[in-house]
Amino acid sequence: MARIYLDNAATTSLDPEVLDAMMPFLTEKFGNPSSIYSYGRETKLAIENARKSVAKILGANPGEIFFTSGGTESSNTAIHAAVNDLGCKHIISSPVEHHATLHTVEHMAHFSKVKLSFVNMLPTGHIDLAHLEELMAGSNEKTLVTLMHANNEIGNLLDMDAVSALCKKYDCIFHSDTVQTVGHYPFNLKETYIHFINGSGHKFHGPKGVGILYVNESINIKPYINGGAQERNMRAGTENLYGIIGFAKALEIATQRYAEDSAYMQGLKEYMASALVQNFPGVTFNGDTNGKSLYTVLNASFPLTEKSDMLLFNLDMAGICVSGGSACTSGANSTSHVIKAINSNHENIVPIRFSFSRHSTKDEIDMVLNTLKTNL
Amino acid sequence: MDPRVLEAMLPYFVEKFGNAASRNHSFGWVAEEAVDYAREQVAKLINADPKEIIFTSGATESDNLALKGVYEMYASKGNHIITCTTEHKAVLDSCKHIEKIGGQVTYLQVQPDGLIDLKELEAAITDKTILISIMYGNNEIGVIQPIKEISQIARKHGVLFFTDATQAVGKVPVDVMADGIDLMAFSGHKMYGPKGVGALYVRRKNPRVKVTSQMDGGGHERGMRSGTLNVPGIVGFGKAAELCMQEMESEAKRLSTMRDRLETELMKLEEAYVNGNTDHRLPHTTNISFKYVEGEGLMMGFNKNIALSSGSACTSASLEPSYVLKALGLGDDLAHSSLRFGLGRFTTDEQIDFTIKAVTDTVLKLREMSPLWEMFKEGVDINAIEWAHH
Repeated sequence: MARIYLDNAATTSLDPEVLDAMMPFLTEKFGNPSSIYSYGRETKLAIENARKSVAKILGANPGEIFFTSGGTESSNTAIHAAVNDLGCKHIISSPVEHHATLHTVEHMAHFSKVKLSFVNMLPTGHIDLAHLEELMAGSNEKTLVTLMHANNEIGNLLDMDAVSALCKKYDCIFHSDTVQTVGHYPFNLKETYIHFINGSGHKFHGPKGVGILYVNESINIKPYINGGAQERNMRAGTENLYGIIGFAKALEIATQRYAEDSAYMQGLKEYMASALVQNFPGVTFNGDTNGKSLYTVLNASFPLTEKSDMLLFNLDMAGICVSGGSACTSGANSTSHVIKAINSNHENIVPIRFSFSRHSTKDEIDMVLNTLKTNL
Repeated sequence: MDPRVLEAMLPYFVEKFGNAASRNHSFGWVAEEAVDYAREQVAKLINADPKEIIFTSGATESDNLALKGVYEMYASKGNHIITCTTEHKAVLDSCKHIEKIGGQVTYLQVQPDGLIDLKELEAAITDKTILISIMYGNNEIGVIQPIKEISQIARKHGVLFFTDATQAVGKVPVDVMADGIDLMAFSGHKMYGPKGVGALYVRRKNPRVKVTSQMDGGGHERGMRSGTLNVPGIVGFGKAAELCMQEMESEAKRLSTMRDRLETELMKLEEAYVNGNTDHRLPHTTNISFKYVEGEGLMMGFNKNIALSSGSACTSASLEPSYVLKALGLGDDLAHSSLRFGLGRFTTDEQIDFTIKAVTDTVLKLREMSPLWEMFKEGVDINAIEWAHH
């Protein structure tokens, strides 16, 4: 059975071209111990070139890019550093953040006695900017604002310029979880008031097990993982060399292809959204689907019926890979915290996340639509 | 990395690329099955239950998780940790971090042979002690600590025992049940697996051990370590563990035979000393001091052709003499004149022959140019000379 993979917000297939770039570092650049001297120099050079390349694409300095084991580690590092090293006593976040942020800020509020505030959500799935400013204005302590750039479940894009400007105005530390946008969206960090962003290789056809943390040069933080001089004393542990090489290569490819791929996927998304509306009465969309939304994600709500209740299961039986929420919480059978936070009718709907990659096709979407028709 | 490991990993990059946490489609299940299988392979190597294996990004993260995770989880019981001065930096730096946030850490000195004194260990235990952290095999000198005896002392006093076994797992039989280990850190790339992946063993029975997660998020790895699993890395780690399981016994014999030959030949040089206990030692390691010769000079002499180091790779960027060797009581001079030889699966007899000749020739040549060597040969007691300060 041909399988259709529309769960690219969970993870993407590694690009064979990226694997090609990684292969030397999985094979001969290691296996030959007689060349360890030049090996050490070559690998160091390879890592620094990867760092330069990533920095250039994001509009950052190489010194601001640190390689980590992934997006979760990066978010944890940023939030812990903001509290422990930068003296933040108040964290402002939102209820729709990824759990790597949400559970970390809850942990900090519990154990480090920082104050935690959540900004109100609008029905569109966007944060209430007026309320955000109220929270900032009412904050007497050093404040960390941590708000994700694109939501992994509904695709909503944060108004980065507006939030950045507010953070500057109120002198806040600003972290944005950009795991869904690094590799899918242009950045110019030099022109943005922001202290931390993070990225994860496997979200844009790069390898798993590697990510980045951007730390603005104006701040100094201590390592979160102790024990060695790697990453300029900032992140201990033997470098995941092939992963780092793969991350940079995947980001380079994504950047070269951005204009073409983003327009293509936006087209697929619009096509699918309008076909869903035409064919399935009662379908609604979670998030600001036609507005400020990332082209990779389409989150549709089907009215809850006996049939739609089995939808995820039946789609899988038909070889269609989608998700009810985020992969990171898909073990739990409860409704997604994101849908709950933005949809008061969440008990009467079945949310399905379709997420696209450059490999997705209109034919695949037609097949999904047909399968939906059969099963609803 | 072993080519057989790479072969096992390759399908999980491009083709079977699923997220192991995707629970409602086949791509996710295929990834999850692969991770489960690797977890069994890794568990089997150390005689653990697969549920006791927490995958991490490497041994450094595992060390951090064990120490900080126990410190936070057992805060109501106490705040005292016992370790020793020759531990890996990942342990020592985590301990320093714990001291900064209110913990008490005792750093045991080691004896001249690199082993800790068990009586000192037992005497250091207080009613606030929650953890003993002593490494299995040392990364610079290879000595193997008396793990069973340490765990017995820990049990007797109701203290948890954590060991950084990064250098030992896959090289010598490590059995968490027989050894009485409660937590253990190890990594893939030290046993011919991939970089970027490691594990923490966390005992589930007698006693049931828990650590506070140091990475919060999706609740992966039984809530102890969040983050999308590095599926190809984990698959490679599993394969590496399986290969070690099959080949360890014969490989240990082969390596120790070569290591002993290397050592015997190099010890024919005058004023050469093996560092650390040679009875309790990893089969693939030796660390030798060549008095009156600069280690860096030695390295420069032949390191285009031979892979070895004057200390641990993690600190090799610095010119500080090895803190491990200094802990054995070596002076700066002798510590500086030491070389660590780490043999491996791909080391051959020809390479050993080459190394013996290259090291011998270089030591002789450097000594020829050394005024200190000349004085030593003339019978001058160098230690008695008062050097002018500069």
